Amino acid sequence: MPVKQIHLAAHFPGVNNTTVWSDPRSGSQIDFDSFVHLARTAERGKFDFFFLAEGLRLREMKGRIHDLDVAGRPESLTVLSALSAVTTRLGLAATVNSTFNEPYEVARRLATLDHLSGGRAAWNVVTSYDAFTGENFRRGGYLDEADRYNRAREFLHTARELWDSWAPRDLVADPAAGEFARAGAGTFAHRGTQFDIAGRFTVPRGPQGHPVIIQAGDSDEGREFAAADADVIFSRHGRLDDGRAFYKDVKSRLAKYGRRSDELKILPAVTYVLGDTEQDAAERAAEIRRAQVTPRNALVFLEGFWGRDLSGYDPDGPLPDVEPDLGEGVSKGRAQFRGDRGEVVRTWRALAAERGLSIRELVIEATGRQTFIGTPRSVAGQIDEFVQSDAADGFVFVPHLTPGGLDDLVEHVVPLLQEKGVFRADYTGPTLRDHLGIGGPRAPKETP
Amino acid sequence: MTGLHLAAALNDAGWHPAAWRDPGARPDALFTAAYWTGLAAEAERGLLDLLTVEDSLGLQSAVPGVPDDRTDQVRGRLDAVLIAALLAPGTSRIGLVPTTDTTHTEPFHVSIGIASLDHASRGRGGWRPQVAGAGLTDAPHFGRRVFPEAGPGWFATPEGELLALGLLAEAAEFVEIVRRLWDSWEDDAEIRDTATGRFLDRAKVHYIDFDGDHLSVRGPSITPRPPQGQPLVTALAHGPGPYEFAARAADVVYVTPHSRADAEAAVAQVREAERDAARTGEPLRIFADLVVFLDETPGAAASRKARLDDLDGAPLASDARIFTGTPGDLADVLLDLREAGLDGFRLRPGVLPADLAGITRGLVPILQGRGAFRTAYEAATLRGHLGLPRPAGRYSVPTGRRP
Ligand SMILES: Cc1cc2nc3c(=O)[nH]c(=O)nc-3n(C[C@H](O)[C@H](O)[C@H](O)COP(=O)(O)O)c2cc1C
Repeated sequence: MPVKQIHLAAHFPGVNNTTVWSDPRSGSQIDFDSFVHLARTAERGKFDFFFLAEGLRLREMKGRIHDLDVAGRPESLTVLSALSAVTTRLGLAATVNSTFNEPYEVARRLATLDHLSGGRAAWNVVTSYDAFTGENFRRGGYLDEADRYNRAREFLHTARELWDSWAPRDLVADPAAGEFARAGAGTFAHRGTQFDIAGRFTVPRGPQGHPVIIQAGDSDEGREFAAADADVIFSRHGRLDDGRAFYKDVKSRLAKYGRRSDELKILPAVTYVLGDTEQDAAERAAEIRRAQVTPRNALVFLEGFWGRDLSGYDPDGPLPDVEPDLGEGVSKGRAQFRGDRGEVVRTWRALAAERGLSIRELVIEATGRQTFIGTPRSVAGQIDEFVQSDAADGFVFVPHLTPGGLDDLVEHVVPLLQEKGVFRADYTGPTLRDHLGIGGPRAPKETP
Repeated sequence: MTGLHLAAALNDAGWHPAAWRDPGARPDALFTAAYWTGLAAEAERGLLDLLTVEDSLGLQSAVPGVPDDRTDQVRGRLDAVLIAALLAPGTSRIGLVPTTDTTHTEPFHVSIGIASLDHASRGRGGWRPQVAGAGLTDAPHFGRRVFPEAGPGWFATPEGELLALGLLAEAAEFVEIVRRLWDSWEDDAEIRDTATGRFLDRAKVHYIDFDGDHLSVRGPSITPRPPQGQPLVTALAHGPGPYEFAARAADVVYVTPHSRADAEAAVAQVREAERDAARTGEPLRIFADLVVFLDETPGAAASRKARLDDLDGAPLASDARIFTGTPGDLADVLLDLREAGLDGFRLRPGVLPADLAGITRGLVPILQGRGAFRTAYEAATLRGHLGLPRPAGRYSVPTGRRP
């Protein structure tokens, strides 16, 4: 079996609870210089793409703006367009919600980015639908949870119709013949259950035909949407066993859409910590976890699951003795946990009792631990092992420091992956589709 | 004598519909980054205050408000906010002012887009909100609103005038929302207080709770307050209704006088609109728009334009005065017009890049020679170029008075 080639991407952490903003090396989350630093680092490391997340309303906890985590971020496509001027090969991935937008405008902006970047645009289609976010928009909170993927699917299909409304040769620009564009270029008409639109699209076909499509939902519907329609999945499954199960599940869904297994790349969000020795790295990792889970953060995290105010509890003491309130919840604006909170709480109680964990220790244990910890050589080995054993096709690295958090990965680990022959020594083409090796755009499909 | 202000209006291959057929044009490059970065570098070389980027949500048409099927003119254009953002890293002083539509878009998205442009350009972002107007025909692109058939002349009918006023009222709410969102984070809302573990001071991040006749938005923004506090808001206006919109909503208004007397009348109307709107603070800066074709030899620009008119099959029509001549003649015209009380000009190059170079390499040195234009940038931000202060956020409460 030939070795699989690894795909790497960089996440600029926006609103999140993993950035250690208290670290003196932690820089601005909004200055353009920070974005340039991380993007150039990723491009130096020959990464496939640079990824920006999105949230359309500040998070709230117990009815007030959440103040413990990094907050504040730019509009994705605007900052990526600016970054296209200071990079030459790096893919530029924008998270854009399909509920609080219209296909015409989103398709137009993504096609613009694809032109201006010379074929490097990608779109992470997310589906937050809640009324809380809706309060910031004309249409308000009108979408049922059950409809979020109906709208997303039709939104994407409509965008593809718009991108295809200009044929490759519709832009003529021949002054002698006096023909700028072919007659009828950009004509579209879409009629479906979510959208009924028609007219003329203003953007000629972009270098990639269609921007790369990324999907990040985790529900069964989300996986199905990805299998049918996405080029890349940005997943949460960053542990080996869990990653393998997810990988197998999603890849097995492809055949029914007439797709080959390598047409959809699965890239989990991961972290890493390097050290001079394994022990050094482990100590650093533990230190980072303690900085991420401060005593107050630990309580707030628990409140999210208990659904009630726990501020009277000691983070270094035992888990709350009160029962969780399984009602509406106290946390708003986060990607919601949709499982059984009562069940989660029972599991944690058992774990804490068995291991004698305090609230803070439990949270450190229960929330995503670092994925790769070790010396550069061992981390390179772990990354490769993960990919070769089909737990992923590559990774989206989420650094805990902005903007220098990927410097040492690119400096010390990437060269080792290149040495192993599992990661490119240089870009082989100009477009993001080239980097991902996923071929041309998918044909637009009939909307169900 | 204070210097006048100069802006360049970038649009497709230039403002003449046949501009793309001029031998100096680059019609095959209109959709590339290199085309736009080249134009921005040229405009900044000329020390211009700002450049604007035109936009619309529908395909261009030779007949306002009615799609046409012409294939001999430029059709297709890119999103102006993203073009402006692309231009930020390669320039360092010039203001970047994209146009967006206020009828078919969301104020929240536009607000964070312009704020992000201001962040990426370190204080050089601006905005030209534009009501759909002729672009009512774009409504089926969104399928959300139904407008009456608006053929040529329709906006002059009583029904058309009423609708236009409604769109302007909606636009005024739109701008108010955008401006409130820019202020919704106080400048020092990010505190990174390790003692209490707080990244934000939530008392310095504000809901805007805007609830108007057309729009309502809760806020706050997700983007921290932009470097200029308020990016520069500009508006193109042709009469009393739009002047009043500008007086309420904008920092700069572009007017379209065809003569000195026209300019005097426009300035008087704008000032009256400011009084009617009870505008406080800085007066509107008034720029006049002119379409320009420039050549060193007398008559060359006129014959170049005539050639393009022939190619297009009709003489160029414009809302703004059309100037053809030498840079020296244009300088005379501008200095005369300025006496009407104008602060500056937004020049619309007939052909790009040729007529932009005519401005930066022909007109600008002449104005400098007459002491009427800067010889170096004196400020780093767009508001700074126009002598506008950085406003305090409207929600900021002096420390000590906070409840
Ligand atoms: C790794 C990852 C990253 C995500 N990033 C975002 C984001 O930036 N913005 C957002 O609104 N949702 C984000 N989401 C949330 C998912 O898109 C969300 O779960 C989806 O919209 C709901 O679909 P689901 O029910 O299929 O999970 C992310 C999810 C995952 C797994």
